Amino acid sequence: MDNILTLVTFLPLIGALVLILVLRGEDAAAQLNAKVVALITTTATFLLSLVILGGFDSSNPDFQFVEEGTWLMGLSYKMGVDGISILFVMLTTFLMPIVIGASWHVTSRVKEYMACFLVLETLMLGVFSALDMFLFYMFFEAGLIPMYLIIGIWGGKDRIYASFKFFLYTLLGSLLMLVAMLAMYWEAGTSDIPTLLTYPFSAEPFSLMGWEILGGMQTLLWFAFFASFAVKMPMWPVHTWLPDAHVQAPTAGSVVLAAILLKMGGYGFLRFSLPMFPVASELMTDFVFFLSVVAIIYTSLVAMMQEDMKKLIAYSSVAHMGFVTMGIFAANQQGVDGAIFQMLSHGFISGALFLTVGVIYDRMHTREIAAYGGLAVRMPAFAVIFMLFTMGNVGLPGTSGFIGEFLTMAGTYQVSTWAALGAATGVIFSACYALWLYRRVVFGDLIKESLKQIADMTRLEKALFAPLVVGTLLLGVYPSLITDVFGPSVEHLVGGVDQAVAEARDHGIITTADAAPTLMEAAEAPEGGHGDGGHSAQGTH
Amino acid sequence: MLESLTLFILLGPLAGAILAGFGKTMLGDKGAMMLTTGIMMVAALFAWIVFFSLPEGVEKLTLFRWVDSGSLTVDWGIRLDRLTSVMLVVVCSVSALVHLYSMGYMEEDPAKPRFFAYLSFFSFAMLALVTGDTLLQLFFGWEGVGVASYLLIGFWWKKPSANAAAMKAFVVNRVGDFGFLLGIFTLFFVTDSIDLDTIFAAAPELARTSVHFLWTEWNAAELACFLLFVGAMGKSAQLLLHTWLPDAMEGPTPVSALIHAATMVTAGVFLVCRMSPVMEFAPATQTFIVVVGGMTAFFAATVGLVQNDIKRVIAYSTCSQLGYMFVAAGVGYYQAAMFHLFTHAFFKALLFLGAGSVIHAMHHEQDMRKYGGLRHKIPVTFLCMTLGTLAITGVGIPFSYDLIHLPIGFAGFVSKDAIIEGAYASHNAASGFAFTMLVIAAAFTSFYSWRLVFMTFFGETRDKKHYDHAHESPGVMMWPLYLLSAGAVLAGMVFYYPFIGGESAEEWFNVALFMGEANHVMHDSHAVPAWVKLSPFVAMLGGLLVAWIMYIKSPSLPRELAERHYGLYKFLLNKWYFDELYHWIFVRPAMWIGRTLWKKGDGAVVDGTINGLAMGVVPFFTRLAGRAQSGYVFHYAFVMLIGISILITWLSVGGGAH
Repeated sequence: MDNILTLVTFLPLIGALVLILVLRGEDAAAQLNAKVVALITTTATFLLSLVILGGFDSSNPDFQFVEEGTWLMGLSYKMGVDGISILFVMLTTFLMPIVIGASWHVTSRVKEYMACFLVLETLMLGVFSALDMFLFYMFFEAGLIPMYLIIGIWGGKDRIYASFKFFLYTLLGSLLMLVAMLAMYWEAGTSDIPTLLTYPFSAEPFSLMGWEILGGMQTLLWFAFFASFAVKMPMWPVHTWLPDAHVQAPTAGSVVLAAILLKMGGYGFLRFSLPMFPVASELMTDFVFFLSVVAIIYTSLVAMMQEDMKKLIAYSSVAHMGFVTMGIFAANQQGVDGAIFQMLSHGFISGALFLTVGVIYDRMHTREIAAYGGLAVRMPAFAVIFMLFTMGNVGLPGTSGFIGEFLTMAGTYQVSTWAALGAATGVIFSACYALWLYRRVVFGDLIKESLKQIADMTRLEKALFAPLVVGTLLLGVYPSLITDVFGPSVEHLVGGVDQAVAEARDHGIITTADAAPTLMEAAEAPEGGHGDGGHSAQGTH
Repeated sequence: MLESLTLFILLGPLAGAILAGFGKTMLGDKGAMMLTTGIMMVAALFAWIVFFSLPEGVEKLTLFRWVDSGSLTVDWGIRLDRLTSVMLVVVCSVSALVHLYSMGYMEEDPAKPRFFAYLSFFSFAMLALVTGDTLLQLFFGWEGVGVASYLLIGFWWKKPSANAAAMKAFVVNRVGDFGFLLGIFTLFFVTDSIDLDTIFAAAPELARTSVHFLWTEWNAAELACFLLFVGAMGKSAQLLLHTWLPDAMEGPTPVSALIHAATMVTAGVFLVCRMSPVMEFAPATQTFIVVVGGMTAFFAATVGLVQNDIKRVIAYSTCSQLGYMFVAAGVGYYQAAMFHLFTHAFFKALLFLGAGSVIHAMHHEQDMRKYGGLRHKIPVTFLCMTLGTLAITGVGIPFSYDLIHLPIGFAGFVSKDAIIEGAYASHNAASGFAFTMLVIAAAFTSFYSWRLVFMTFFGETRDKKHYDHAHESPGVMMWPLYLLSAGAVLAGMVFYYPFIGGESAEEWFNVALFMGEANHVMHDSHAVPAWVKLSPFVAMLGGLLVAWIMYIKSPSLPRELAERHYGLYKFLLNKWYFDELYHWIFVRPAMWIGRTLWKKGDGAVVDGTINGLAMGVVPFFTRLAGRAQSGYVFHYAFVMLIGISILITWLSVGGGAH
């Protein structure tokens, strides 16, 4: 099984080809066949990916299951996973069968629909396991095409506007990233990611058209990548495509978008920006913190006022991704651990929240909050599940949502207390928007005539939520289950960044004091008797 | 042995909650009630066993790993010391009695299993809080009780007012949690641990350390304690963050007794006592705690004077009594704070459950203006409520300690007077202020408590219809009242010596509480002047006398007074207008900002810019794309194709560094 990673990545594509080439017809039997093929494919992919997880040595921070070969025109094909990427691979394979299950009632162009999702899965898996920069680019950009089709063909009535917006946003970022990649290739002579991770890109300042560029080459490359990943994330203020895309996408599309596609931006930061341009990252920390904290506060307030359920959850996703970017650029163990955890946890929680919206949308064909109220009367099971994920979204301890927020803030506090303070207000705001949504939809008496006959969740629907419920609670109570997997890789990453930053400080490239507040003897301390000098803040600094 | 008992105490209620919540088809209503109540009773029994047999020192039990990230490592576990054991007894006993009581009170409710599941879940979360050995587990319980409280306040979720109150409770508590979290981060940053023992060991050093927070340098101990106390203010409904507690009375009355009187709201006091090794090194924060406690005791008592809803009177009384506890904790008299927490749990739960019995008798009428003369109809409830009132107002024999070395009086007399004496004796900068506030509040307490009794049980009935149907509650509701009455009468005298009667601070609480070298408040409080010892008693008598004049002797007086001082009356009746104030300075602006950011920020500015750009960019690309205009997907694919072809050209023409 030397090429298991390739097998896992491309198995869904094979399923898609089977669908398109073999299956014929549009009748009910054919539709069911298409669904079954998709379900089998995604389930098989998940089972195969367990083999990767089982064989993965989490104490080793290097890339594992590495495969290498040449590809067309001199480009190389290289795949592999480390502690950071393997869980994103797992998240993808784990969620896809649920996504397929959530599409069981689709009746229009089922074959194409399923094929789109399968192709999308291959491309997402490719992003997380590509170890060649250009290969990564291919997967990263190509992934948008099936998503477009999903929104454009099976989406709501304003789907053209949504895809238009998406298109414009992504365009600029992608081109800049490609240019940056070419520049890196030109500079380092390779597109091999493991090699690039150890390549010291110059951080010597230089002047460009009269502007002094601190951090030099690294800063320029950093910005080029940032343009692409920030849109993907999405970070404030380039987030406005997300609510529109979510609103227009079908339920399954929203789940994939929120749970997996958004994570590609955060993964990109961890794979490229932070380790390859550590000096630039250090210089840009305050900038990223500012955007992240604004995102948390701004989008939380905006979420509160939404009238459409999907938009509300979409805005809350932006706020939660603010914690991720903040944690990543805190660049310490807790921050990065928390960021990865938050991304994985958000995959479960936001995925589940979009599914809950899907449950009632399928019944009432509206996402307007005002159209609901008192659902607990007729849908007790729905009320319980929605409550659980609402609490997860609020970051209640005991659910996975808490761990990510807690760790990112604990990490950030060590770098900037302002940022930690700003982010912590998110704890209050998230309670406001999430509980208010719940109250308006589920609580109150059921008085609306249209809701009088609404039925509770079916067995299939409950089955779809079961793995997400288990995951959210399990990771909340025993998060070590996954922090053990990525911990050593993160330690390796953070160690490398620390070292590069320390060297840059020695060379005078970074002139500001260590951003972290330092401890010292208070003035009123008794004189003498303290031979130990200042206290060191803690081990990681 | 003790650890396994504690483990049962902790996990039993969780199991009960899960079974009652999800196994209702299997258990049925009756089964769910019996199971959860039974488990809580066994837990209460075990809690008393642990209480009496706990040796000195700290017992620990580590369960399994929780968070593990670099130097931040946290396990799930149990910390068992004297402080924990006191809380175990309070939580389990009151919870067991409230479970039992609810079997009668919730008789007609269709969702009994859900109610009992919530009650048991609350008990679990509260127990997780008090057994926590790390700040993170404490926080887990802290938020857990918050959720349970949210669910129980909103238990009757068809009522819009209950939903609003539930949400308000959660959100206001989250404001406190915001401070709590930052406090945890501060301690982690400075000590590199959130384990209690590590933090305690580092406490003296914290006092000599300064940390940069926001714009300036702070003393690490002061900063951490202050932030943690903000959390305590939220949970314990102290002034500024108190607004949720009166509204929380929307929940069923047993819930008010358990959560909003005896246990959850005292979590803040527990936190300050738990952190005593650090608090002792944070004098400025201690002063702040004393000021807040004193102000809350006074403020809540003034509001309590004029409220007409029986539960709201008791709610404000709780708020006020919590202020007493914080004053004690703030002056470093942690033993007295815990003692009052302990006795208060009995008599306040008694008052609430008694009020529940009255409400039950009066068909869910809560307005005291509709009561009157009920002592003839429900004499046993009247007796129990009177005992509770004697306890809260602090009836006892002054100077009895000087005569026979044991204070003779109801529970509140012993513990509340200890706090007032401690406030006088301490060297805290705000002790004079706090002493004055507490004595005034004692008079007010006496007035509103007796007012409640007189309006409810004496005089002529004012609602004949309900009065005629009033009847005593069933046995399951009365037994808890008897047991709590015994506590309200005896708890002060019986537990005086263990809690505050010892010669030294270390005696009974030993390592669970820490008092700095300069802290002699426990010793000094026994030696205060006679007039200080007498003052709360005089205040109590004064309050009783005025209440008697106004509600028994000349019942027309309250109306005349209210008319003569209409402004003041309105001010108190509307709770100093805090709700209105917050509505105007927080709620409305937040909504306005949210809407503006959405419509103007996202809509006009961000999307406007993008659309503007698009008007320039799109035609350019459509020209490039020629005829491939069938959809934006193709535009995109086309651009990507160009990108890839540029790339490949570059590579094959020999660019790069090969």
